[in-house]
Amino acid sequence: MKAYIRAAASISAQNTLGGTGFLTDVVEYQTTRMPAIEPDYKNYVDPKLIRRMSHVIKMGVAAAKECLQQAGVTMPDAIITGTAFGIMEDTVTFLTRIVELQEEMLPPTSFIQSTHNTVAAQIALMLQCHNYNNTFVHKGISFESALLDALMLINEGEGENILVGGIDEMIDASFKVLTRLGLYKRHPISNLSLFKEQSKGTIGGEGASFFVLSKQPDERAMAELSGIKMFFDEATGDVSGQIMTFLEDHALTVEDIGLLITGKNGDIKNDAPYERLKAGVFNLTPSVNYKHLSGEYSTSSAFALWVAANIISQKTVPPVLQEQAAIINAPGKILIYNHYQNKYHSLMLVSAC
Amino acid sequence: MAEHLAAFKNEQAGMSDISLFESVHVGELPVAEVKQNNQELAARAGLGVDASRTTLLSLIAAREALDDAAIPHLSNLRTGFVSANTVGGMDKSEGFFVEFLADNNKGKLKNIFDHECGSMTETVAIQLGLTGYMTTLSTACSSSANAVFFAARLIKNGLLDVVVAGGTDALTKFTLNGFNTLMILDKNYCKPFDQNREGLNLGEGAGYVVLVSDRVADMVNKELYAELSGYCNANDAYHQTASSPDGTGSYMAMQGALKKAGLQPGDISYINLHGTGTANNDSAEGTAIKRLFGEPYPPLSSTKSFTGHTLGASGGIEAVFSALAVKYGLIYPNLRFQTQMEELPFAPETKFMDDQDIQHVMSNSFGFGGNCTSLIFSKVNS
Repeated sequence: MKAYIRAAASISAQNTLGGTGFLTDVVEYQTTRMPAIEPDYKNYVDPKLIRRMSHVIKMGVAAAKECLQQAGVTMPDAIITGTAFGIMEDTVTFLTRIVELQEEMLPPTSFIQSTHNTVAAQIALMLQCHNYNNTFVHKGISFESALLDALMLINEGEGENILVGGIDEMIDASFKVLTRLGLYKRHPISNLSLFKEQSKGTIGGEGASFFVLSKQPDERAMAELSGIKMFFDEATGDVSGQIMTFLEDHALTVEDIGLLITGKNGDIKNDAPYERLKAGVFNLTPSVNYKHLSGEYSTSSAFALWVAANIISQKTVPPVLQEQAAIINAPGKILIYNHYQNKYHSLMLVSAC
Repeated sequence: MAEHLAAFKNEQAGMSDISLFESVHVGELPVAEVKQNNQELAARAGLGVDASRTTLLSLIAAREALDDAAIPHLSNLRTGFVSANTVGGMDKSEGFFVEFLADNNKGKLKNIFDHECGSMTETVAIQLGLTGYMTTLSTACSSSANAVFFAARLIKNGLLDVVVAGGTDALTKFTLNGFNTLMILDKNYCKPFDQNREGLNLGEGAGYVVLVSDRVADMVNKELYAELSGYCNANDAYHQTASSPDGTGSYMAMQGALKKAGLQPGDISYINLHGTGTANNDSAEGTAIKRLFGEPYPPLSSTKSFTGHTLGASGGIEAVFSALAVKYGLIYPNLRFQTQMEELPFAPETKFMDDQDIQHVMSNSFGFGGNCTSLIFSKVNS
């Protein structure tokens, strides 16, 4: 199963949305948590609607609209989103009201918007799109599950152009809880030095990245999404074995991969599997990272796919992605390998058209 | 499953007062609870008593489904678990949140650990050995209907051989209060598709079907319940919570499912309605049925008059009821129906019927966000 990436749009902690250069104007943070750089939402959404929308809904809808504009697609055949945490801000607002108002006279808006499918639903509403609409909410493979759904629809002949995105927000409450669970560094750190310090924890992030996947290539196509695979650690601890099988399934060898994009996030335990791969089967393959730019979140692999699609289409590997300065030739095939907390592993193969 | 069939036969609804948690709504808003507390469910599931009720319900139902399927040599097959829910481990999170709100450094972390919707799926997949592929869907009240047909497509696309699919949701203060703010909860037992209906009752539960490929179907020494012959997901694109007056999304979902199955409206033997009992849903769904189907209208009923609206579980639970209807020739009664809706030329069935000639059952699930899904279950080889 494959599809063409006709357009890609991302709202992230970097300047990624709209007609900006491809990671040329890099933002450095001294932090444990990187917020997304928000666009002027008026360019994407009716101002009357913006006021009601919470943070993640605005990010999602704006990235989706930008993506559709780039693709020149007004009515997608399906809208599919992936989000691990969903609409956190509205959820916490409603929980707070339940406690503070003791279940009496609660305003409904935050409850109404708290369902995980709200972003996909709001996009459908804005486009008046009656087509297939789905939302996946499975931790570190929420976005990948949405992509798989899109690839299957294309394979089944159920759609020509499908809008698919990965979205998650980081709000104060979730950042606090995840910090207490030990996910993040205890002290602020420069995101651009994330891989220099050998310590526990990473930098939290958030974002919204959308894609139009198309059945047919045309002059707009940025890249080909050639394959996807997910695996769970209880099923296998053998990452390189899984990768080799994946490559074989696509009649490829390690030598065919021009660039490996890893999900390194600066946490020594998290990064060990990537280091093993780079010292092992991929010891001759150039590799880059992305989470020092996006921060770590459950659907950050959508940002990685945005990076890969742009590397292929612009035929350049921005130096800021590289851990050690090197000249990397424009790759014909990119393998993205990400894992979330060593449980959910995913592979995405992106090729030049 | 046996208990459900007995309840249908005896016209025994599952509603009663709230007993699971303290709330100002106790005694005022009836709900359909699973009549076992967390300790009892945990013992039955073989999990710790600290587990989310959503996980406990999911594991018990999914295990019963998998045991019932009795698939030989399961470990040699490509298996998966596709589950749905709407609020994850909210039953635990809302307790955590009370302490957390007072002091951000308080609240036991184990009570927030399973907040994510994916958590229940993960625990159950590990318990049942179904980690080959697992995922979770959440499209409000149509969640588990979408899980069932996404699972079927994983098989059709040749990715898996056996998938346990459906959904789960436990009653929570969060959802109870949420629906209460919308003023769509009936203070009495709900009356779906009645002219004088006053809203829905919330319920809880979990429902799963085991879907198998043709190859596995041939291997199983057991009569299959039904074939999932049609499915369609459409969006109403009208309002975040309300359905369009003429039920555009519902109409498109039902029409799309018929097309997928290669059937005409007249081929449907029974419709398991979404039928929540709210003024808006039943009017929109009924109008869509009126537009799509003609005289004679197929028998139809809402089993939510027994189970309440189990939200993310409802599509899975009603998929099970639909499969049973196909296998045993059943039509379920729509309890408490008295007065036909003015705008509709039909009324729901009020008596339990067995030994019916049931060829194709349509199951509707519609939700917030305009998410509408219809499934069709057919007699195998019919």
